Amino acid sequence: MNATELVMGSDAALFMSGMNAYLLDFLATGYNYWMAIVLMMIGFYITLARSNLVKKIIGLNLFQTAMFLLYISIGNVVDGGVPILTDNPDALYSNPLPHVLILTAIVVGIATTALGLALAVRIHEAYGTIEEDEILDAEAGDS
Amino acid sequence: MLFAFLIATALGIAYLRHLFAVVMLAGMFSLLSALLLLSMDAADVAFTEAAVGAGIATILMLSAMALTERQEKPSNRSMLERLPALAVAGAFGALLIYAMLDAPPFGDPFAPAQTHVAPYYIEQTAREIDVPNLVTAILASYRGFDTLGEVVVIFTAGIGVALLLGGFVARDRSK
Repeated sequence: MNATELVMGSDAALFMSGMNAYLLDFLATGYNYWMAIVLMMIGFYITLARSNLVKKIIGLNLFQTAMFLLYISIGNVVDGGVPILTDNPDALYSNPLPHVLILTAIVVGIATTALGLALAVRIHEAYGTIEEDEILDAEAGDS
Repeated sequence: MLFAFLIATALGIAYLRHLFAVVMLAGMFSLLSALLLLSMDAADVAFTEAAVGAGIATILMLSAMALTERQEKPSNRSMLERLPALAVAGAFGALLIYAMLDAPPFGDPFAPAQTHVAPYYIEQTAREIDVPNLVTAILASYRGFDTLGEVVVIFTAGIGVALLLGGFVARDRSK
């Protein structure tokens, strides 16, 4: 009888060890998925909570990169190799389709980032600030 | 392990106010994620992420920073006013995790994503395209039109940036 059982009784201890096993299983089967989602949410939080426009765009970029990681995780095959054909006919490859999609997404992402930053620069020219709060104040003062 | 570094970098980006440091951290984030992509067999994506994410994006952000401000102003929003953002992000994350619970385990070779279309490309590329790199074969040949569309997107973004920053029309910048 170990310390946990003494404190909680054997049924509860059994339940706890079951929960632990479940939790470990949960973490192990999709560790990449959960971590990518956590990163995504940090990026999302930066985009929502920060009022600096450049910081918002960086947050969007974080969100986007985390999404790439999630996609590539889905395409990964255990013991699979880089999807470049080898002479070995039995070679196992990771799924090349997500790679293609994400290549396109990275390039489109940099295009949207450039456009967003250009908008921020233009806003700075017009309002003299890139803080969302101050822009809203200036707008309220105008009308 | 790499994910721990990534999360630490992301939190650093969220916490710091000095934009130069934030941009550098964002470049580091890109390089770390390129390493992670490489460890997941995505060599082409890792190259692109390192070149575009850590290179071009950092240069763009540095130039935007030079044209605007170097320092993020301390926000006058209180902790309470940030709570909705935190709640929305948390709820969205929980929802995503809930949606992913049914997903096949990481690396499962029999997951639907692996068994449906991809085997065709893996089996036929050597015969039909004869390019050893599957990603190149799909990107430039099977999905060539997608890549053409991508070029159109970049072109449109380029026009947008040029118009916004006034390459064509002389504007009065003195005011």
